[in-house]
Amino acid sequence: MKQKDIAALLDEPACVHNKKSKSGCAKPKPGATAGGCAFDGAQIALLPIADVAHIIHGSIACAGSSWDNRGTRSSGSCLFRLGMTTDLTEQDIIMGRSEKRLFHSIKQVIESYHPVAVFVYNTCIPALIGDDIDAICKSAAERWGTPVVPIDAAGFYGTKNLGNRIAGESMVKYVCGTREPYTLPESVRNGLIKTHDINLIGEYNIAGELWHVLPLLDELGLRVLCSLSGDSRYHEVQTMHRAEVNMMVCSKAMINVARQLKDAFGSPWFEGSFYGIRDVSQALRDFSRLIDDAELTQRTEALIQREEALIDAKLSPWREKLKGKKVLLYTGGVKSWSVIAALQDLGMEVVATGTKKSTEEDKARIRDLMGSDAVMLEDGNPRALINIVRNNEVDILIAGGRNMYTALKARIPFLDINQEREFGYAGYAGMVELARQMVLTIESPIWSAVRQPASWQLMTNKDEAVKEVDHA
Amino acid sequence: MPEILKRKKALSVSPLKASQTIGAALAFLGFRHSIPMLHGSQGCTAFGKVFFVRHFREPIPLQTTAMDQVSTVMGSENSVIEGLKTIAEKNKPCLIGIPTTGLSETQGSDVTMAVAEFRKKNPQFSEIPVVPVSTPDYSGCLESGFAKALEAIIDMLVPLADEAGTIPGRKHNQINVLAASFLTPGDLEELKEIIEAFGLQPVLVPDLSDSLDGHLDSADFSSLTIGGTDVSELLTLGNAAATLVVGDSLHKAADKLEQRTGVDDYRFDHLMGLEATDRLIQILHDISGEPVPYKLERQRAQLQDAMLDTHFMLGMTRFAIAVDPDLLVGLSQMLAGVGGEIVTAVTSVNARSLKQVVAEQVKVGDLEDLEHMVSDNKAELLISNSHGVESAKRLKIPLLRAGFPQYDTLGGYQKTWIAYRGARQLLFEIANMLLALEKGKIQAYQSIYAQKTDFREQVI
Repeated sequence: MKQKDIAALLDEPACVHNKKSKSGCAKPKPGATAGGCAFDGAQIALLPIADVAHIIHGSIACAGSSWDNRGTRSSGSCLFRLGMTTDLTEQDIIMGRSEKRLFHSIKQVIESYHPVAVFVYNTCIPALIGDDIDAICKSAAERWGTPVVPIDAAGFYGTKNLGNRIAGESMVKYVCGTREPYTLPESVRNGLIKTHDINLIGEYNIAGELWHVLPLLDELGLRVLCSLSGDSRYHEVQTMHRAEVNMMVCSKAMINVARQLKDAFGSPWFEGSFYGIRDVSQALRDFSRLIDDAELTQRTEALIQREEALIDAKLSPWREKLKGKKVLLYTGGVKSWSVIAALQDLGMEVVATGTKKSTEEDKARIRDLMGSDAVMLEDGNPRALINIVRNNEVDILIAGGRNMYTALKARIPFLDINQEREFGYAGYAGMVELARQMVLTIESPIWSAVRQPASWQLMTNKDEAVKEVDHA
Repeated sequence: MPEILKRKKALSVSPLKASQTIGAALAFLGFRHSIPMLHGSQGCTAFGKVFFVRHFREPIPLQTTAMDQVSTVMGSENSVIEGLKTIAEKNKPCLIGIPTTGLSETQGSDVTMAVAEFRKKNPQFSEIPVVPVSTPDYSGCLESGFAKALEAIIDMLVPLADEAGTIPGRKHNQINVLAASFLTPGDLEELKEIIEAFGLQPVLVPDLSDSLDGHLDSADFSSLTIGGTDVSELLTLGNAAATLVVGDSLHKAADKLEQRTGVDDYRFDHLMGLEATDRLIQILHDISGEPVPYKLERQRAQLQDAMLDTHFMLGMTRFAIAVDPDLLVGLSQMLAGVGGEIVTAVTSVNARSLKQVVAEQVKVGDLEDLEHMVSDNKAELLISNSHGVESAKRLKIPLLRAGFPQYDTLGGYQKTWIAYRGARQLLFEIANMLLALEKGKIQAYQSIYAQKTDFREQVI
C-alpha cells in the first residue's frame, strides 16, 4: 500500500475531529508501545466472516500465534477458525518464490475446502519485498472462479485502528454491492409486518452476544442484511449496499464503511451501542427514527417498554449489590462511553475512563455522562491504573484481557471487556451477565485471603519492629 | 531412524509452529528483571504477548521497536537505539534482549551497529547488558529461537575462563543446567529439587520456574520479569562442577558454554521416563559422591509400579504426537518405553534431534497433515498443544495437551512431565484417558431367535 493510500484512509471526512492531527499516524514510540499492528486490526475486523478461507500471506509469526480467534462465534460454518498461512521460508524470500507460493495456496484452499471466497491478508515481508498481491488475487479469481479478495494490511503500515479501516475499505471496494439480497420468503414475513433491511457495522459477536440482540430485531421486523463481521457470511457482505440504515456498533474504526455506503447508496447511518439498557433502547429507537415507519416506531416503543420492565426486575437484586461501587474503566473507543452508561444503569460510580483510542465525539459523550470534570486516561500504563485504583478506593477494574494479570497481581477485582472474553454483555439480557460477573469478582472471598500475610510473616514483622524499637 | 517427510504443499493449514522470535523472547523471560524488545512492527510483539499471557496467565514484559513505514523503508537502527534508551530510562532492567523478526531481517537491519551506537551515545547505561539475537520467523520455530537466544547470551555474558579466572569445580557443589524450551516451570522445579537432594546447588540458565511459575509477588507491579536467573550468576558458571544440558536443541549453546568455561557437561535429549531419569540420578550420584536419597529410590519404585499397572492400557496403543522436535523425541521415547506405538509424528521444523524419534516417519508440517495421517493410521490418542482441540474433535480421539500454547486450560505450564514423579503422573493420566475409551467393548448382539423384548432400549 502506498503512503498516499494510507494517508487517504486516515483522512476520514465523516469524523468530526478529522481536522485535528491524525492519531492513527502518530509514530509509535520504540520501547514504549502497546497494541497490535495494521494486520492485527484487519484480521480482527474480517475473520468472523465465517465461510471465507482467510489466508495470511507471510512468515509464521503473523498467523502462528494468532490463528485461534475464539472470542467470536459462528452459528454455522467454522471455516474461519482454521488458521491458514503461506508460512514463508527463507528460500521463498531470497528466491522470490512467495508470489508463486501464494498462488498455489489459493488453489490448494479452493480445492480442499471449497470456500465461497478467499481473503488474502498481506503482511510485512511480502509488502517489503513487493509481492503484487492484488494481481495474484485477480488472476487466481479468474482462474478458479472463486472471489479472491486482497487485504493489504502489512503490520508496519500502522496501528490496529488503521487495519480496521483497511479491512472495511477492502469490503466496500471488492465485496459490497456484488449481489442483491434474497427476497424474503413468505414464511418469515412475520404476519403483516413490513420488514426493513439494516446492517450492523463493527459488531463482532463476541461470545455470541449478537444473539442476545437479534431476536429483538427479528421481532421488530428488522432484517440484518449483514453484521460486519460477527457471524456473517460472504454472501451477506455482498448485499450491504441495500440496507436502509447502517448502525456503527462498536468501532469508529470502520466509519469509512458507513460513510462510503452513504455516499454510494444513500443509506443513512448512526452510531450506537448494545451495551447497557439505555443504549440498547436508544439504538432501537434510532433505527425506527431513521427508517421513519410509524408502525415500526410503535412496535419499537412497545418492545422497549416490555423489555425494560422485564430486565429491571431481573437486575434489581444485582443492583443492590453493585450500588455505589466504584469502577475504573480502561478500554478503547466507543466502549469508553457505552460501558459507562451501562455501569451507571447499575448504580455504579465510574471514577475514571481510558480514552486512548477514543475519538473526540467519544470524549464529548463521556463528559455528558460523567460530568465536565471526568477523569480521562490517555496513557493507561499499568502503574498509573493501579495508582488510581489505590487512591480512589476503586472496587473493580474493567479493562482488556492484556491488563487482566496486571490487575490480579495487584490483587484488584477485574472484569475483561475486550474481544478475548468468554461472556456476552450486549443487549438487555447481557446486562444480567455483566452484573453477575462483576459481583462474582467483587464479592469473592478470595480477596482477603490473597491480601493476608501468613501468621508467621506477621510475627516476623512484629519481631523486627520490636528489634528496631530496642535498637532505638 | 525415522524417515523425515518434508513440507510439500504451498499453504499451511492449522499451523503447529510458533515463531522463532517469540521463542527467543521466552529465553530472555527466564532472567531476573529482564525484558525482551522484539525488533519488528508492533504487531510482532502484540501477538507474542497475547500468546504467552494466555499460556502462562501472567503479565508478560515484552516491548517492540515499533517499525513503521518510514523506518521500514529508511532504516530501523534508530528505532533500536530509541527503544533501548526508553526502556533503560523507564525500567532500569538487568538485561535487555533484542530478538529480530522477519521484517527487520528482510530489511537488513544492522542491530549490532545500533547497539554499539546506543552504547556510544548513552554511557550512563553501560552497566545494562544488551543481547541481540538473529531470529527471523521465516526459519526455525519456538524451540530453535529459544536455543539461539541462549547461544547469544552465553557468547556475550559468560566470560572466558582465562579472562575471568574461573576454574571448573572450584565451587564443587554448583551444577549448571541449560534447560531447553520444552521443560515447563513445573519440570524445572522438579529438576532443581532432585539436584538439591544430592546436596548440590543448581544454577538454571534460564530459569522459567522462578519467573513464570505463577506466584503472587509481594510487589503489586513490575514492568520487568519478577524472577529468573540473575545475570550475575552467569559469571559463576565457569566455577561449577558440571553442566547438565537438557534438550538437543541446546547442543550449540552447550558447546559454547563448554568452550568458554571448560566445565564438563552431561547431555540429555530429555528427562522423561525411567531410563532417562536413571541416567540423571546416576550422574548426580557420581558428581556429588552422595548416596541416592531414599525418597528418589522410593519414587523410582513407584514409577516401576505405575508402569506395571498401566502397561495393559498403554501397550500397543496408537499415539499421534504433534509438537516441537525436542518434546517429540522425549514423548516418543517414553511412550515407546512402555509399549506404546507412535503411528503419527508431526513436528514444526526439521532438526537433527528428529533422528532420535521412535516412529517410522516424522512429518514436518501442520495439524492438517496430522489429521490426514491419523485418518490413515488410526491413532487412538493425540498429544499436541491447545490448537489440537479442534483436530481431536474432528478425529474423534482424546487430546493430551503438551507444548506451546495451552490457552484453554489452567496450569498446563506448571505440569511436571520429567523424572520419576512426572512420568508416573503422566502414565496414570494417559491410562485413564484410554480407559475412558472402552476400547475392548464388544458390541451387544442378540440372537434373532431370542425371546428378549428389551433389546432396542438396551442398545440405545
